[in-house]
Amino acid sequence: MKTHLLHLALIGLLFALGFILPDYHQGNFSRIMVLAIYAMGYNVMFGYTGMLSLGHAMFFAAGMYGFGLSVQLGDLGVIPAMLLALLGTAAFAALVGALSLRTIGVGFMIVTLMFAQAVYLTILYAGKYTRGDEGFVLQPEARTIAGMALNQPDIRYFTALMLFGLVLLGTGLLVRSNFGSVLVAVRENEERTRMLGYDVIAHKMGAVVVSGVISGLSGATYAALFGYVGASFATVQYSIFPLLWVLLGGMGTTLGPFVGALLMFYLIDYSSGLTNAYMLIVGVALVLLVLFARAGIIGEIRKRWVPWLP
Amino acid sequence: MEFGPHLLLAVIEGSVGAAVLALTALGLSLVFGVMRVVNVAHGEFYMLGAVIAWYVATFLGAHPAVGFVGALILAPALVAVIAMLVDWLALKRVGYDPEATIVATIGFGYIFQQLTLMGFGPEARPVDPPFNSRIALPWFEFGENGLEFYFPWGLSVTSYKLFVIGAAAVLLIGFWLMLSRSKIGLVMRATELDRETAQAFGIPVDRVYAIVFGLGAGLAALAAVLIVPIQQAHYLMGHDPLLLSFIVVIIGGLGSIRGTIVAALLIGLSDGIISVFFSPTLAKIIATLLVAFVLVFRPQGLYGKKAA
Repeated sequence: MKTHLLHLALIGLLFALGFILPDYHQGNFSRIMVLAIYAMGYNVMFGYTGMLSLGHAMFFAAGMYGFGLSVQLGDLGVIPAMLLALLGTAAFAALVGALSLRTIGVGFMIVTLMFAQAVYLTILYAGKYTRGDEGFVLQPEARTIAGMALNQPDIRYFTALMLFGLVLLGTGLLVRSNFGSVLVAVRENEERTRMLGYDVIAHKMGAVVVSGVISGLSGATYAALFGYVGASFATVQYSIFPLLWVLLGGMGTTLGPFVGALLMFYLIDYSSGLTNAYMLIVGVALVLLVLFARAGIIGEIRKRWVPWLP
Repeated sequence: MEFGPHLLLAVIEGSVGAAVLALTALGLSLVFGVMRVVNVAHGEFYMLGAVIAWYVATFLGAHPAVGFVGALILAPALVAVIAMLVDWLALKRVGYDPEATIVATIGFGYIFQQLTLMGFGPEARPVDPPFNSRIALPWFEFGENGLEFYFPWGLSVTSYKLFVIGAAAVLLIGFWLMLSRSKIGLVMRATELDRETAQAFGIPVDRVYAIVFGLGAGLAALAAVLIVPIQQAHYLMGHDPLLLSFIVVIIGGLGSIRGTIVAALLIGLSDGIISVFFSPTLAKIIATLLVAFVLVFRPQGLYGKKAA
C-alpha cells in the first residue's frame, strides 16, 4: 500500500509541476519522463532479474521505428501505429530472448551488444526508408489524437506523465506480484530458484519481453511527442544510458530509474553548455558508481534509512 | 581494373587490416583469458596509442623515421602505464567482478575518448610513415600471344604496408615465444589456469594481473602506431577495432591465443575483401550477426576449449 501511495504522490507532484514549471524545464521534464519509461523497462531486466544487457537501444529503436515507419509509410493514426509498434517490439523481444537466453553472464552481454549493433547497421542499410543517420521528421499533422496536437507543450507534458504514471504503477504491481518475486529470486540465486521448481528460462523470457515492450513504448512515445526518428537512438550510447540511469538511481528500485534519468539529464544539459566533451560526465559517473555506490541513490537510501522502499 | 588484379589489391589491403587486427585482438584475448575481464575500453587504448604517436612524432620533429621509432617505443609504454593505473584504481577494487568491470571499463572508455576530444581536438591528424615508396605489382594473363606479363594501372602497394604486415608477424611470433618459453609467460599461464593455486604457490597474482592488463592495452597501442601512418589519428577511431576485436576473440574462442590469430586473419582478410566488392555496412551486419550466433550456438568458439 505504501508503495502505491508513494508512486501516486510522485505522479501528483509531477502533475502539479506541469502547471508551475517554466517552458524550458517543462520541455525537459517531458523528455525525462519518456526516457524514465525506457529506464524502468531496463530496470525490469537488469535491476530485478539481474540480466545485464548492453543492447537495449534495439528495443527502444524497434518501438521508435515501428511507430515512425507506420505513421510515415503506412499513414496510420497515432493509436494504431503505437499498438503496431508495441506488438512488433514484443515479437522482436521474444526472438531476441529465445536466442540470447541460451547464454549467460558475459556471453549474454556481448550477444545483446551484437544484436543491437546489427539493428543499428540494418537501420543504416535500409537508408531508403529510414533515411539512415539523418533520420526523418514526423509532421505535426500526423501526430494528433482526437484533434489534440501532441507537439503542443502542455499536451505533450501530460501525455508523457500519463504514460510514465501507468508504467510506474505497473512496475510497482509487477515487482510485488508472484512473477516479480520469482524474477528477484532468479537474480539472487538462479540455481536455487530452479531447484525450487520454477521455470527459470520462462521467467527470464517474460522479463525480456516485458522489459523490451516497455522500452519500445518509450521509443514510440518519444517519436510521437517529439516528432523525430533517427539512427542515433539505436547506437551503443543509447544502450549505455539506461544502464547509467538505473545504476545512478538505484537498480532494483521502482523510483531509481526516474531519479537517475532526471539527475543525469540535467547534469549533461548543464555540462554540454560548458564543453562539447559532455560524455566525460557519463564516464566519470559510471566509474564512481561502480567504485563507491553500487546500490545507487535510492538503493543507498533504502539501505540506510527507509527499508520498505520498493 | 579487371577482377584478378582487383582481388589481389583487396587481399593486400585485407592483410594489412588482418595484421593490425591480430595484434589488437590478441591484447583483448590475453586480458580476457588471464583475468576473465571484458575490457570495453580496449578500443580507446588503441585510439590513445595513435594519438600519443602523433604527439611524439610532432614533438620529435626531425625525420619521419625518428618520430615513428620514438612513437613505436613510447606510445605502447605510456598506454600500458595508463592501463595499469586503471587496473589499480578500479578493476582491482571491484574484485574483478565481471559486471562491475564491464561498467567500469565502459566508463573509462568514455573518459579517455572525451579527454582526447578536449585535448587533441575533433580533427583527424596524420603521422608521416618512415618510408613510403610505391611498388608496382605485375600481373600475368593468358592473352592472344600466350602468357603476358604487365603492370596494370593502379595495382601497387607501398613499402610501408608491407612493413606493417612483416612487423605484425614478427611481433606475434615474439609474443608467442614470450608466452610459451619465458618465465613471465609461464606465470601468466599458471594464473590463467587457476588463480588461487597460483597464489598459493607464491605467484603475485595482483601484479600479474596489472602486467597482463598493461600488456593487453600496450598491444592495442602498438597496433595503432603501426596503422596511424595509413589511417589518421582521430578521437573516435577506437570504435571499429573494438568491435572487430570482439568478433575475432569470440569466433576464435574466448581466451584461446591460437584461435584469436586464426580468426583475426580470417576476419581481417574477409573484411578487406568483402568491403572492396560489397557494401561495408552489409559486411558488418553479417559479421555481427555471425558473432551473436557463434556465441549462442557454439559459445566455446571455433578453437576454444569446451566451456566448464
